Amino acid sequence: MGRVLAVIIWIITLLSVLLFVSGKWWFPAAISEHAPALDRQFLITIIVVGIAFTAAQVGLGWMVWKYRDTGSAADRAVYSHGSNRLEVVWTVITAVIFITLGLMGQSVWASLRLHDAPPGSYTVEVVAQQFQWNFHYAGKDGKFGRTDPKFIDDGSLNFVGLDSTDGSASDDAVTSTLAIPVNRPVELRLRSKDVIHNFWVPQLRFKQDLVPGMEIKVHFTANRVGKYELACAELCGQLHFKMRSFMLVLPEEEIQSLQAMPQEQFQARVQELLNQYQLPTYQ
Amino acid sequence: MSVESHEGVHRHPAPTGFIRKYIFSVDHKVIGIQYIMLALAAVAVGMTMSLLMRLNLSWPGTHWPILETLFPTGAPGGVMTPEFYLSLVTMHGTIMVFFVLTTAPQGGFGNYFLPIQIGAEDMAFPVLNMLSFWVTFVGFIVILLAIFVEGNQSIGEWFAGLGPSFAGGSGTVGPIGGWTGYAPLSALGKVAGPGQGAGMNLWVISIAIFCIGSLLGALNFITTLLNMRTKGMSLMRMPLTCWAWFTTAVLALLSFPVLLGGGILLLLDRIAGTSFFIPSGLYVSGLLSGSNPNFPLHTGGSPILWQHLFWFFGHPEVYIAILPGMGATSHILATFARKPVFGYRAMVFAIFAIGLLGFFVWGHHMFISGMSPYSAIAFSVLTLSIGVPSAVKTFNWLGTLWGARIRFTTAMLFALGFVSLFVAGGITGLILGQSSLDLAMHDTYIVTAHFHLVMGVASIFGMFAALYFWFPKMFGRFMNETIGKIHFWLTFVGVYTIFVPMHIMGIVGMPRRYSSFAEYRFLDSLHPLVVLVSVAAVITIFAQILFYFNVFWSIFKGKKASDNPWEATTLEWTTATPPPHDNFAGVLPTVYHGPYEFAVPGAPNDYVMQTDVGADVPSGNGHNGHKH
Repeated sequence: MGRVLAVIIWIITLLSVLLFVSGKWWFPAAISEHAPALDRQFLITIIVVGIAFTAAQVGLGWMVWKYRDTGSAADRAVYSHGSNRLEVVWTVITAVIFITLGLMGQSVWASLRLHDAPPGSYTVEVVAQQFQWNFHYAGKDGKFGRTDPKFIDDGSLNFVGLDSTDGSASDDAVTSTLAIPVNRPVELRLRSKDVIHNFWVPQLRFKQDLVPGMEIKVHFTANRVGKYELACAELCGQLHFKMRSFMLVLPEEEIQSLQAMPQEQFQARVQELLNQYQLPTYQ
Repeated sequence: MSVESHEGVHRHPAPTGFIRKYIFSVDHKVIGIQYIMLALAAVAVGMTMSLLMRLNLSWPGTHWPILETLFPTGAPGGVMTPEFYLSLVTMHGTIMVFFVLTTAPQGGFGNYFLPIQIGAEDMAFPVLNMLSFWVTFVGFIVILLAIFVEGNQSIGEWFAGLGPSFAGGSGTVGPIGGWTGYAPLSALGKVAGPGQGAGMNLWVISIAIFCIGSLLGALNFITTLLNMRTKGMSLMRMPLTCWAWFTTAVLALLSFPVLLGGGILLLLDRIAGTSFFIPSGLYVSGLLSGSNPNFPLHTGGSPILWQHLFWFFGHPEVYIAILPGMGATSHILATFARKPVFGYRAMVFAIFAIGLLGFFVWGHHMFISGMSPYSAIAFSVLTLSIGVPSAVKTFNWLGTLWGARIRFTTAMLFALGFVSLFVAGGITGLILGQSSLDLAMHDTYIVTAHFHLVMGVASIFGMFAALYFWFPKMFGRFMNETIGKIHFWLTFVGVYTIFVPMHIMGIVGMPRRYSSFAEYRFLDSLHPLVVLVSVAAVITIFAQILFYFNVFWSIFKGKKASDNPWEATTLEWTTATPPPHDNFAGVLPTVYHGPYEFAVPGAPNDYVMQTDVGADVPSGNGHNGHKH
């Protein structure tokens, strides 16, 4: 029985490791400046995890393989209550490894979250609502029109509650697709109209909740032009799984020309670009 | 000398009526079995729900006639609706976490064996103990009603009599919010869509009731352990199970009141128009807050406050689920390794360290919630630190096996399985605990994989081990070992096949709580794994029929067991099988040794029981030691 268990544990360990190193399934190719550092940290961590997992399982298998009961009453187990030296050794070693990993794991976080967006960032206001994304752009004047929940009227397509009496609102555009420039920091100002949603683009390696009652500012820099899927990653109700949109990462010139367009043209052009670009090919 | 059992001799008369003996019993042993039966019922419900979820994920749109029969509104035409799927997610998580993982390990086995293992006649407060079970039972009934109040027209109409907040029958099957019930989705009421009506009210009420039951239980455990240990049972002579149950009770005492408070506030937001978790200016389903009688004015609440309250409870809760499994595993490993627990003191300190650190890491559930990014760093480093005592426990389990003479009983197989699964599930905490990596990993299937392996499956393996191990003591008969081993092999291989691929899904980016992945091209490549997981889940779930059969068949037909069939050392094995009403037939045992004196050189047997007088034990735990 012990040998069977040992072999099964080893097979499970081997297959699990193979599944991870097969390369058949992995992160989609990254498109943000911080992603390579995050991917590297993930790789380091998963190597540590893999080694620890394998060592523990192989060790466990070894114990059950080797130390079976022989059925002889005279043959007893080793009488030992432990070893303080070993306890100290393995406590210190694991503490050093785990806490080092934990500290290393802060660098990407700190670079993204402990600073404001750099000056010159391209700013988009994101307003999520049940099962739909709204992206609000400042337009030619670079100023966002005033918004207030009391002006929200989904029926007349004023999804973000733009105050039409505010002068800086007249050139603003609102789309259901996110369009951002490549190689330029982007600041998102995240809000929600109803419940908590989450902005998730796998290629960005980036998530952030959109919390009603709060405006959360986050920033990142996308560095590859293209069209990417955007998902909601916080349970928001019945059609959570359908709350999909796209993020278009566009050349700077394209963003400049969009910015100069009035809303209808802006929306039409974004739609055109959405059809023009293809999703990345996945394995 | 062990304490002799005198069948039928009781200093304290046992109740004779059926109701006082088996239903409203104040005997901790009966209450323990009641908790275990409750958990067996609840886990059957929760597992069936996971089966339905897997069917929907792998074979979406398939017509399942059985679904149509069972859930005419949730699955019209036998095809699952998204809201039905989400209510299954919610109910599965809630039932499993509360009514399985919190009841069986602590209320079940803890109740039955803590008093016996410390040499007490009963719990400190037997009536309170009875109340804690029956309160929990009511909580279970309420959570079941939460499923049906919306799905079933007649139940919904009956509840409508309680007031408009309870009117159901809206057509979904249960509340939608996940087991975490994040506000404001869970706070807004019907305006927020399906699954937010009467069922959600009952969900909150059920959890509040559950909190009360657990609090009563926790008080009882702590008092009993501190005050009622028998002569010679010093703290450092207690079995590790007792340390685990004690620490669990302390965690429950400190965390459940916070959830209870949070739950009451949430209920007030839902039915009394308060705004603890609902901010100003919401615009939901086409209505502005305050503009319509269906959506009254809310101002000034904080959605993140709910998350803090919930996770301040929720993180200790995962240790509430797994610590008893750790205790049982240590206990069973030593018994069948025929060897003392390696590093008993280190094990005790590790249990404490896990319990203590468990209160300072709740924020790792909230890295991307909008809370301060600075606090995320503190939570992250503390979270990685909690891996240290967890690793120490693993090292000591392996140390216990080193040089052992292992007897491969079914209980031992499950305990070994616990070690394997605890490592596999726990170690990915090193990934998820890092705030940077959480940017990619949050709310993907790697989270599902991680917590299912560690707090779900590992804990359940601890309970399987415990049941196969203690069943002879509880019922006087063994569970069938052949069926037990088949059950082990199928379940062990099954759960790995289910949960290892889920890590990969998470790395690719598959979000949790999606009823369908059809919208997303980046998830297409995962389809073979989704199907693999579902097939494994179906097989593993059906394998549990063996377990249920084994339990109920063995209660009546199992092979009869002697008082100490496993040649174990602790006090539960010194008394009769099954133990008399007052546990020790009027004579409380006296303890002379530590709990795991196996393979003592020179002793006549390879085990020295805690009550054996005169045995020469060279290095007992804290006593009789120093004679090297």
